[in-house]
Amino acid sequence: MADLSVNFCGIKSPNPFWLASAPPTDKAYNIERAFRAGWGGAVWKTLGEDGPPIVNVSGPRYGVVHGPDRRVTAFNNIELITDRTLEINLQEIAEMKRRWPDRAIVVSLMVPCEEEAWKRILPRVEATGADGIELNFGCPHGMSERGMGAAVGQVPEYVEMVTRWCKTHSRMPVIVKLTPNITDVRKPAEAAKRGGADAVSLINTINSIVGVDLDRMVPNPHTDGKATHGGMCGPAVKPIALNMVAEIARSPATRGLPISGIGGIETWRDAAEFIALGCGTVQVCTAAMVYGFKIVQEMITGLEEFMDQHGYATVSDFAGAAVPNVTDWQYLNLNYAVKARIDQNLCIKCGRCHVACEDTSHQAITHLVDGVRHFEVIDEECVGCNLCASVCPIENCITMEPLVNEIDRRTGRLVDGSYLNWTQHPNNPLSAAAKKPLEPLEPAE
Amino acid sequence: MTSASDICAGRLAPGAYHEAFSDLHAELDRHEARVAAERCLFCYDAPCVNACPTGIDIPLFIRQIATGNDQGAGKTILDSNIFGGMCARVCPTETLCEEACVRNAAEGKPVIIGELQRHATDAVMASGRQLYRQGTRTGKRIAVVGAGPAGLSCAHRLATLGHDVVVFDGRAKPGGLNEHGIASYKSTNNFAQAEVDWILSVGGIELRCGQMLGHDFTLADLRRDFDAVFLGLGLQAVNALGAEGDDLNGVEDAVAFIEALRQSTDLSTLPIGRRVVVIGGGMTAIDAAVQAKKLGAEEVTIVYRRGAEQMGASGYEQELALVNGVVIRHWARPVAVYAADGALRAVSFAATAVEDGRLVDTGETFELPADQLFRAIGQVFVPQVLEGSHDVLELEGGRIAVDFERRTSLPDVWAGGDCAAGGRDLTVVAVEDGKQAALSINRMLQGFVPLAAE
Repeated sequence: MADLSVNFCGIKSPNPFWLASAPPTDKAYNIERAFRAGWGGAVWKTLGEDGPPIVNVSGPRYGVVHGPDRRVTAFNNIELITDRTLEINLQEIAEMKRRWPDRAIVVSLMVPCEEEAWKRILPRVEATGADGIELNFGCPHGMSERGMGAAVGQVPEYVEMVTRWCKTHSRMPVIVKLTPNITDVRKPAEAAKRGGADAVSLINTINSIVGVDLDRMVPNPHTDGKATHGGMCGPAVKPIALNMVAEIARSPATRGLPISGIGGIETWRDAAEFIALGCGTVQVCTAAMVYGFKIVQEMITGLEEFMDQHGYATVSDFAGAAVPNVTDWQYLNLNYAVKARIDQNLCIKCGRCHVACEDTSHQAITHLVDGVRHFEVIDEECVGCNLCASVCPIENCITMEPLVNEIDRRTGRLVDGSYLNWTQHPNNPLSAAAKKPLEPLEPAE
Repeated sequence: MTSASDICAGRLAPGAYHEAFSDLHAELDRHEARVAAERCLFCYDAPCVNACPTGIDIPLFIRQIATGNDQGAGKTILDSNIFGGMCARVCPTETLCEEACVRNAAEGKPVIIGELQRHATDAVMASGRQLYRQGTRTGKRIAVVGAGPAGLSCAHRLATLGHDVVVFDGRAKPGGLNEHGIASYKSTNNFAQAEVDWILSVGGIELRCGQMLGHDFTLADLRRDFDAVFLGLGLQAVNALGAEGDDLNGVEDAVAFIEALRQSTDLSTLPIGRRVVVIGGGMTAIDAAVQAKKLGAEEVTIVYRRGAEQMGASGYEQELALVNGVVIRHWARPVAVYAADGALRAVSFAATAVEDGRLVDTGETFELPADQLFRAIGQVFVPQVLEGSHDVLELEGGRIAVDFERRTSLPDVWAGGDCAAGGRDLTVVAVEDGKQAALSINRMLQGFVPLAAE
């Protein structure tokens, strides 16, 4: 049986599934229920400075994007950091750590960008016995207007500076949580590393308006007739998160920096994908907020089964395994070719492959053959783009089959397994091949 | 044994009739409709559309439901089929659109197109909005005979094209079989009349009820007084049983029973036998049998001369009969009906089989006790209604011959619905006939030559 336990930059947990810093981790009551359900760790909802409590709106804090059957594909929220007092939170953190010594408890922090503020809070957090801290440099609403959260995370110099303060004034592992609301996520990641961060976690929520109330003419959620952007999370953001994780994992400047993956993780498969792209742990919020804490049991058993099937004894056995296969477009093999193949036994004849290809792509799928409704790939036109397989409602009905030592009937060229990328391609004016003198033209026929 | 006939009214407790004859399908609520709509794959050149005789753009209206545009969905349906509301209730969808649904191949269950269609058309009806109006007046006048689905479909389309239409119907109420010939649990809350009222409110249509062709006026009169004539006459007579005793008391036409039931204001006054036998295998047989059971008959048996697969009634309808406690006996034909003391007592049957492609008696016989028998073995067109015309309409197989534009052998006369040859005796086909005839009439009135030159 696979061993799911992890040691993430010195923080140990029985499995890689942590709850992200968010409403589910705001107090002991929730954390107790989460750990009973099986979560390996939790990042306590962000603590702020000691002082008058944070004030939230007393109206809707969440917006939602629904898929078919009202499946939640995304949330956004305008909730701020914890609105309970620092003292109560610290007491509960200490209590929870005592009750659950094998679970990871990481404390998310956000205080003003002044060294003294960090210096004041860090020893108090350390005194709880917490396993580490996570610097909330990502919250995109409310707190950012006060010079915290994403306002820090969007300036690499600030990221580096605050990280260094934390490393200077605390012995705890420091995880820097990154905002996706930035052009190049590698820059703050590099800054965190320069500041001495033990790890980064990403992504925080994405600036968003999830929808507009067309009767009131105001975005959702709204408060007394006005709305503000919120932070978006949930399954819809996963592709953005995976890309940002991969960029950090494969960048020479940050390679090897531990990553805790966050963004739309709902199932064991989502988690395994983040781990394959270099994450040591994953953090979950939206799925728990939609389905409750029990979902972790599906994640644990699913990941175990996957690892057993693939012979991975520990999570680190496959962590980052997909990273070497993430590259730049210019290194993709332009000599490689596939063709779509439609399994006629599985085809239900909905025709979506045809209309997608016919209306929007390459006119490479039939609609009628000998007057009969029949969908078949026309190899002479198929560029192997995968659109048909993407829109087909039946799994595995359309597959993309590589050409092996055969003529591509679209280009007339032999696909012989050779490798030629854009940097080598004669059509690239900057390639070595293009700089060679032109071959004499064939005589015209 | 009592000597009196065991056919009586009031077999149910007074309050039980409403429940027994309530709506066959609960309406889909907003959530159910959305979940059902989201199963639609929005197929290209969708097989369901090709399977619909009226060619409703089904993927489009379902997508409109899924996006919260029920009114738009209703309009999409009604643009192709002005009786979309009734067709949603009576169409054998499992042999039309839903049979063609690709979800059958994927999961063995189609999108519930019929119920979604009802959801959308009911939304339009509930809104009270009129979506159409009479077109710019052309000054042309067209006579439509028969205010059933074919006639009113034709009249409505002609009105939207700007023509003035007079609709004649021999009965006191318009609606044809929608009003008189369909089981009442398929058209609750007087839906058929509400739909007809809504259709007629488009403007430009004058309805003259109690005016029967061949009795109050002739086809020649219409051809003289109008620019074109559409005949949506339906069928006038029921086939005979071909068994001894066909004329005994207690032997009745299923269509008459269904009509009486539909027009009844108090179901507890309707007499029904204790033991009822229905002869036939179509929708009418099912409608009569199920309603007999609902009225309190203890034993209701449908007897059909062939097997389940040959029945005109769809699988869904057959199942409906079975779950309502009706017994269906296949492969038997009635031979004789027996009475005693003026009351029906029994029906004897010969067992049948197919031999060398022909239906033959096997030699076995059996008898079913019966207090009442309904004939549901098909209806026929009676061409006498056309008498009095100088010109003769060509018939084909006993019904009016038409081309694909629904043109008859007379240049200014069109026909459609059950009275026209080549149809399928379905409401939805009648609606399409009326629509196509209207388009053809309009082309003719505009001076175009017929599409069908041959």
